[in-house]
Amino acid sequence: MKILTTSALASIQDSGRFGYRSMGVDRSGVMDSWALQAGNALLKNDLNEPAIEIAVGSLTVQFEEDVSFCLTGALYEAYIDDKRIPCYWRINAQAGQTLKLLRPLQGMYSYLCVHGGFDIEPVLQSSSTNLKASFGGFKGRYLKADDVVKVRTDSSLRVIGVARLEPTNRIRVIKNSEYEYFTSASKAAFESQQWQLQSSSNRMGYRLDGTALEFNEAVQMSSHGVDIGMIQVPPQGQPIVLMADAQTTGGYPKIATVINADIGLMAQIRFGKNCQFVVVEVEQALREQQKRQHYIEQIKEYAHES
Amino acid sequence: MELQWQLCSETNLTLFFPKPITLEKQQQCWALADTIQQMPEVLEVVIGMNTLSVFTVSLTWVELEAFKDNLSALLNDIPSKTINGKHVEIPVHYGGKYGPDLKTLATELGLSVEAVVKLHTEATYTVYFIGFQPGFPYLGGLSESLYFPRHATPRTRVPAGSVGIGGEQTGVYPFESPGGWQLLGQTDIPLFDLTKASHALLNAGDTLKFTAIDIYE
Repeated sequence: MKILTTSALASIQDSGRFGYRSMGVDRSGVMDSWALQAGNALLKNDLNEPAIEIAVGSLTVQFEEDVSFCLTGALYEAYIDDKRIPCYWRINAQAGQTLKLLRPLQGMYSYLCVHGGFDIEPVLQSSSTNLKASFGGFKGRYLKADDVVKVRTDSSLRVIGVARLEPTNRIRVIKNSEYEYFTSASKAAFESQQWQLQSSSNRMGYRLDGTALEFNEAVQMSSHGVDIGMIQVPPQGQPIVLMADAQTTGGYPKIATVINADIGLMAQIRFGKNCQFVVVEVEQALREQQKRQHYIEQIKEYAHES
Repeated sequence: MELQWQLCSETNLTLFFPKPITLEKQQQCWALADTIQQMPEVLEVVIGMNTLSVFTVSLTWVELEAFKDNLSALLNDIPSKTINGKHVEIPVHYGGKYGPDLKTLATELGLSVEAVVKLHTEATYTVYFIGFQPGFPYLGGLSESLYFPRHATPRTRVPAGSVGIGGEQTGVYPFESPGGWQLLGQTDIPLFDLTKASHALLNAGDTLKFTAIDIYE
C-alpha cells in the first residue's frame, strides 16, 4: 500500500524487540499490545505480526493489492473511498481503493492490521521501529507520503466484527520497589487524585500532572533495568509512566507499575484527560492478564470459524 | 541491608546492591547474570550500575513465587566474574560547542578547564554495563574530583557523540536524545553500528580511555 498523506505519527510496530537490552537496545513495539493482538487474531495472523501504529492525526493510504484489513485500538473516523467503515471489523478492500483515517474519536493509538501481514525485514529479530537509533520497521522512521509498504498476500475474508476492550481511566497498578520511600500522604494521594496527561507525553513516557508526590527522604538510586508500565517519580514529584520506547535503564525511584492487562488502556488516554490509579495485588494482576489472553483467544476462535 | 530481589512488575525482578558502587559488586552482577540467563523462566537480563534486572516470560503467581525463591537462593554465595575485555580509546573534542558545560563545571569545581580535561583523560574506565540507549556505556572509574550533579532540568536535545558527567558516572551518548548529564565534549566515533558484526563498540568489562583531540574554552 502507498501512503498518500499523513499528519499522524505512523510507524511499523510489532509486540517488541527482546533480547538486546544488554546492548542498550530497548523494546520499542506497540503502545497498546491488546489492540495489536486483537487485530491480528481477527485477521488470523500470528499475534506478533507487525501493524501500522497511527497516533492522533490523519492518514490516507491507497491499496495496491486486494487486502483484508482491520483497524483496532483508538476508534477512528475512517473511510474506504467515501464509505464510512467501523473499527474492530474485518474489511475487504480492492487494489486502487483509498483508506482514509480522519481522526480518532476516542483513544490515541490505532492499529492498521492486514491479513498476511506487511512485508517488513526484521532487524534484531523484530519488525518494530526503533525511532531513537533509526532502525527496524520502515527505514527506521515514521512513515511519510509516497512510502510504499508491501503487503504479503492478496486476500478476502468474510466480514465480521468483534468487541473491543472497554476504555477506562481507572488504571490498575502494583507497588514497585520504591513504593515505601513515599510519605503516607503521597501514597494516598497517588491513588485518590486525578492525574492529568501532559501533551509532552510520547512513546517514551506519559507525563502526569497533579499534586507533587513527596519522598520521606531524598533518594539517590543507581541505574537499573526498567520497562513499560513502570511509574518513575523524578525529584519534582510529577510521575512519568514509562511506555513502549522507554530507555533500557533508568535511575529515578518508581512508585508503582501499571499492570500488563491495563497498559494498553493507559496508552489510549488522551492528552489533557485524567486518569486515576488503583493499587492491586500482584496475584490479581496476573489473573487480569489471563482474562485478557482469554479475550484474544476468543477472537482467534471466532475468526477461524468465520 | 539484606540483599533481596524486588518485584518491579509482573515480569521483572530487580536486585540492588547497597552503595557505594564498586567494581567488586559489578563483577558479582556479571557472574549472576550468566547463571540467571540460563534459567528457563528468563527472557533477558539487564545489568545496571551494581544492579541486576531479570525479565521473565509470562508466569503464573505460583511460578513467579517459585522463581523468586530460586533467584534468592543464588544470593547465599555470590560468585564473581572477571572480564578481560578489550581496551578502546575514544578521541574527544573538549569544550566549546562540543562541550557546553565544560567551563561552568570547571569553575564550579574550582579547577581550570585543562585540569578537568587532564583528570577526565588520565583515568582508565571500566565499562560496567551498556544501557539507556543502544551502545551507551556506563563507566566506572571517574575521578572523585569530577563528581558533579546532573542538570536539574534535562536538555531536550543532547547531540550524538556527546561525552558527559552525571553524578559519579561518565559516559558517551551514541544517539541524539534528551539528557541531563553535564556535557564536556564530543566524539566522532560511532558507538552502535548495525553494519558491524559486533553492533555495540563497547561491552561490559571493556576498558576505555578518553583522549583530547582539542580543547576549547
